[in-house]
Amino acid sequence: MFDLVKKLTGAFGVSGNEEEIRDVIAAEIRPKVDEIKVDALGNLIAVKKGTGKKIMLAAHMDEIGIMATYIDDKGFIRFSNIGGISQYYALGQRVRFKNGTIGSVFYEEKLDDMKNLKLSKMYLDIGAKSKDEAEKKVKIGDTACFVGEALMQGDMLVSKALDDRSGCAVLVKVIQNMPLTENEVYFVFTVQEELGLRGAKTAAYQIKPDIAIAVDVTLTGDTPESNVMEVKCGFGPAIKIKDNSVISHPEVKRLLENSAKELNIPYQFEILEKGGTDAGAIHITAGGVPSGAISIPCRYVHSPVEMVNINDLENSVNLLMKVIVK
Amino acid sequence: MLLKELTELNGVSGNEDEVRAYIKTRALEYADEIKVDPLGNLIVFKKGSSPEYKVMLSAHMDEVGFIVTGHGEDGTVKFKPVGGIDERILLGKKVVVGQKRIPGVIGCKPVHLQTNEEKSNNVKLKSMYIDVGAESKKDVEKLAPLGEVIAFQSKYTEMGEECIKAKALDDRVGCAVLMEMLKGTYSFDLYACFTVQEEVGLRGAEVAAYGVNADIAIVVEGTTCSDVPGVEKYEYSTELGGGAALTIMDRTSYADKKLVDYIYNLAKQHNIAIQFKQTTTGGNDAGKIQLSRSGIKVASISVPCRYIHSPVSVMSKNDFGSVRDIVQCVLNEFSKDQKIIHNIKFGGDVNV
Repeated sequence: MFDLVKKLTGAFGVSGNEEEIRDVIAAEIRPKVDEIKVDALGNLIAVKKGTGKKIMLAAHMDEIGIMATYIDDKGFIRFSNIGGISQYYALGQRVRFKNGTIGSVFYEEKLDDMKNLKLSKMYLDIGAKSKDEAEKKVKIGDTACFVGEALMQGDMLVSKALDDRSGCAVLVKVIQNMPLTENEVYFVFTVQEELGLRGAKTAAYQIKPDIAIAVDVTLTGDTPESNVMEVKCGFGPAIKIKDNSVISHPEVKRLLENSAKELNIPYQFEILEKGGTDAGAIHITAGGVPSGAISIPCRYVHSPVEMVNINDLENSVNLLMKVIVK
Repeated sequence: MLLKELTELNGVSGNEDEVRAYIKTRALEYADEIKVDPLGNLIVFKKGSSPEYKVMLSAHMDEVGFIVTGHGEDGTVKFKPVGGIDERILLGKKVVVGQKRIPGVIGCKPVHLQTNEEKSNNVKLKSMYIDVGAESKKDVEKLAPLGEVIAFQSKYTEMGEECIKAKALDDRVGCAVLMEMLKGTYSFDLYACFTVQEEVGLRGAEVAAYGVNADIAIVVEGTTCSDVPGVEKYEYSTELGGGAALTIMDRTSYADKKLVDYIYNLAKQHNIAIQFKQTTTGGNDAGKIQLSRSGIKVASISVPCRYIHSPVSVMSKNDFGSVRDIVQCVLNEFSKDQKIIHNIKFGGDVNV
């Protein structure tokens, strides 16, 4: 599992620029599925054919990042956020463009109060000495992701982009260990989730599934002085009850809970007060789709040091393998 | 003059009738079919000579404005904005109420009667009112009934060598470009969609795109332009006179990268002035079109407009010309070789 997560989190895939991560995932799953295609928005849709229920499983490939918006005469680059980027998380980090160019993220030092720090007062330094030199490496509109290589300490994984490459890894593992089933299973690796659940909407429209389950990360309440939340790393996959985008369909929630009980694996319930996931777009598409989600507890979401517990990933795989044969 | 006539029509979101009627009359001679859908979108269909693909052009007819929400005993009108309006620009502005265009002005308490606190803060919209010259509640209720819409009053004016001042440049510039495009002949099927209610949440475009079910879409817009004193160069969204502005990403859409590159390179090849919109804020119909059905490849081409969403928006005629030229150029290329549409739709490579 760790090797797979490392491979997936290491690939480039800022929202709207998912080409590289899509190729990596496609290479992992191609021999194991009946059909694989890329749609107009860039979603990767892999199908395991069957005659039973149409089940859609969705995990988003995209990651948050930044976009170069302006290059000044000295070669410094101004940028905008793609998805939810905190100015405080970004400060002092490295970002990597698709072509490998590394930028150091820093801020206008005249700023008198850190409370007033905004992304618009920050810039990237790629070591260029002039606009011309910078433009040889970075053009306006180019995107970059955080640098944060995956590592494992104990049973905790640390990396950038665990949101939602850990969900992608779960889906890939399910495909690679696909159980026998009559059901027709659509594995969808969606685009632009971080920009508003966009890929999932168009994917669901074309698939028109009978049931959909998103696999994404969620916040936790298990760190010092954290916001109150009943989700902890290492206590099993979280079955979504609600977030800002969806209230899980009771049948889907029950299906997930019963499957977890039958497997005798740990599980918990998730009520996320801020944020949403692909299920939010899927459940109101194409006449409505009963939807729910498996959430992987993740600390420090949208930072380069996101953390998840590897056992939660393994159990999410087990849970999905059970669910798709039902 | 098309732009003069278009910008002097009123079409506050949800009340686009005047604009729709004007465009419809002038589109008749070029159209194979004209349809108004349930939301009020005007969809002008022009059949191709050998159609393999459907191209959607989109520009919204509506403009920001206000709506009557109440009446004072003294005969004043209480109002709320329709669409995004900076309330700090409102005091002293001329407006017209309803289709009868009852004239009014936006007023508030005189400065010498304001408390110190009121003086030091921006006047809030809720303490403003519209004065239509009525003496009593009874009178004003007749002149400006509840729910009546209110538009800015602003004459189209040419300024300097190449500039235009008007209201509603966002998005009558797009409407004007689409009307020009209807005059051409193309091999593909063209759907020119004049949409409603963009300013209140991209509503018309969502249903128009679903109805048309196009292979590719181009949105033509008026967009923000912030090349003014007090703004750092790196904060400019677009520059007046810098040419047609291509959106890379905004709050509602991520334009198709291959289509954007194709349009940019085509403009360069044909010596049409073009620039990238540098900020990622704002949004337009592309957001809804992109997510329609199974997803549609989309790009936005805009005329930079300073002081957008105000009665005194300013644009350059040259930029307008650049937008018209590049949209025409793209359509001509698509028409010559519909393979280009195919390649963009299916993610293949497209070269200029």
